[in-house]
Amino acid sequence: MNIIVCMKQVIDLEKIRIKPESRQPVLDGLPVLFGDFDKCALEESVRIKEKQGGKVTAIAAGSAKLKDTIKEALAIGADEAVILTDPAFAGSDTMGSARLLAKAIEEIGEYDLILLGDGSADDYSGQVPPRLAELLGLPQVAAVRELEILEDRVRAVRDLEDALEVVEIELPAVVSVTSEINTPRLPPLSAILKAGRKPVHTWALADLGLAADSIGTAASTVEVLSNLAPVQDRKEIVFEDAEEGVAELVNALEREGVLER
Amino acid sequence: MSGILVYSELESSTLGLLTKGRELAAGMGKSLVVALLGEGAAGRADACFAYGASQVYVGDDPALKVFQASVYASALAQIVERAQADIILTASTRRGREFAPRLAQKLSAGCVTDATGLSIENGRLVTERRALGGNTVSRETITSPQQVIAVMPKLFDAEPGDEGVGEIIEVTLALEPSATMLVERRPKEAGGVNVEEADVLVCIGRGLAEEGDLAMIQKLADALGGVVGCTRAISHEYHWLSEEQMVGLSGKVSSPDLYIGIAISGQIQHTVGIMDSKVTVAINKDKNAPIFKMADYGIVGDLYQVVPRLIEQLSGRASA
Repeated sequence: MNIIVCMKQVIDLEKIRIKPESRQPVLDGLPVLFGDFDKCALEESVRIKEKQGGKVTAIAAGSAKLKDTIKEALAIGADEAVILTDPAFAGSDTMGSARLLAKAIEEIGEYDLILLGDGSADDYSGQVPPRLAELLGLPQVAAVRELEILEDRVRAVRDLEDALEVVEIELPAVVSVTSEINTPRLPPLSAILKAGRKPVHTWALADLGLAADSIGTAASTVEVLSNLAPVQDRKEIVFEDAEEGVAELVNALEREGVLER
Repeated sequence: MSGILVYSELESSTLGLLTKGRELAAGMGKSLVVALLGEGAAGRADACFAYGASQVYVGDDPALKVFQASVYASALAQIVERAQADIILTASTRRGREFAPRLAQKLSAGCVTDATGLSIENGRLVTERRALGGNTVSRETITSPQQVIAVMPKLFDAEPGDEGVGEIIEVTLALEPSATMLVERRPKEAGGVNVEEADVLVCIGRGLAEEGDLAMIQKLADALGGVVGCTRAISHEYHWLSEEQMVGLSGKVSSPDLYIGIAISGQIQHTVGIMDSKVTVAINKDKNAPIFKMADYGIVGDLYQVVPRLIEQLSGRASA
């Protein structure tokens, strides 16, 4: 079973600070990492490989920092990695990202299953898996919390609002997973050391035969008008004495009209 | 090409989107139509007319019996072409998140999912959605000729329009058979806690010492006529409460009249789910916890001292 897992390098979202005056997020110089959903997709790929053999290839697109970031994927258990780095890729919308991944996957050629997280840690739009599946002409299943490989198909448990749906789809297919599917391993030191010796291919625009105007800012179909922290207009009345605080709080809630009569 | 097409597998979302669609169609000089898919679709057309659709496109095919995003996207793309629609509105349910981007890709269109706002500015549609892990609100406009927008399922309330009549157009769909086989459907337990609709929501975080102490939190919620929700740690790590009670990113979003966060530090992953609460209260022993910045009222103190007192005060008030 050859599995391709697509991962997105994102900034460490917990380290974002907001400028109080302008409500602008400060993003410069923040560390980068792979999001939790992406790591679950990788972990699932590695578990499948450990059970039935085969190969796991991790693909990620992003800045040059990926050369370091990708080592975590290799330490967790990817056999090989492809990193897609080119200034021309910057500013891609989800369609651009999906085009880029589709092209790289076609280049890799042999695969039975493509796994992704159900949404990226930063935007969580969930658009890349369906778009990628459409570009590759493959069936897809999203919001998957359990996955089992049968002979020529997968059995997936899709997590809907009001039900769990157990479905089977033929391979090859695109499957995107939620964080319920597993708990990604923390790689032991030996695996981290070994990761440095695994093959990493770096591909740029020219290697993929993509037209420069089909990705990046130029091809983006979504214009961001602003991206600011929401206005928080709270009273921030804090009582430091618990006993007095409880009485004051009940009075305040009564005044606010939010207590049952 | 100039029409707004609404499709959702949920009737409540369809009617809510139509209600908003009337305003958008009037503001942008566009028609407002609906797609209904599957068996008996035409039977649901009257409700759509009552909520402002001038035309209802109905399509059925055996391939639509089991949901597969590629098949649904293909069916919708055919209806979009027939209806000459350039704006496709749907609900960002789990299903919506699965087929909407695929439909957009078929149309080479831009798409926004999980939209929390939708308005017309300078003749363009502008969406809002959470970005950067919930830290920010991104205001976006789609620049491709066609656009697909999936809004949060309950964003718009449904209100009937004045017209109430329209035309049903049956579309013969050409679809590949679905490659998906439905093995089993397991309904999630009903009788569960509905944090999304709660008027009062009491949420508990990692600071709760043991599972048995949930009884105390429940007692507080009962005293307020509310329900108990939680952070991811409580539902997904400790499994003390159901996943349906998890509030925040990748969980539920709620806009209660009163939110009380207990032993919750205030990480954005949780607070993104309660941002629209009317009144917010935080109880935390760390006075520097970020949750206090999002609180109208806060008490610095140990939950095991504050919560029992609060229950006592509230019940005293009820009997007074």
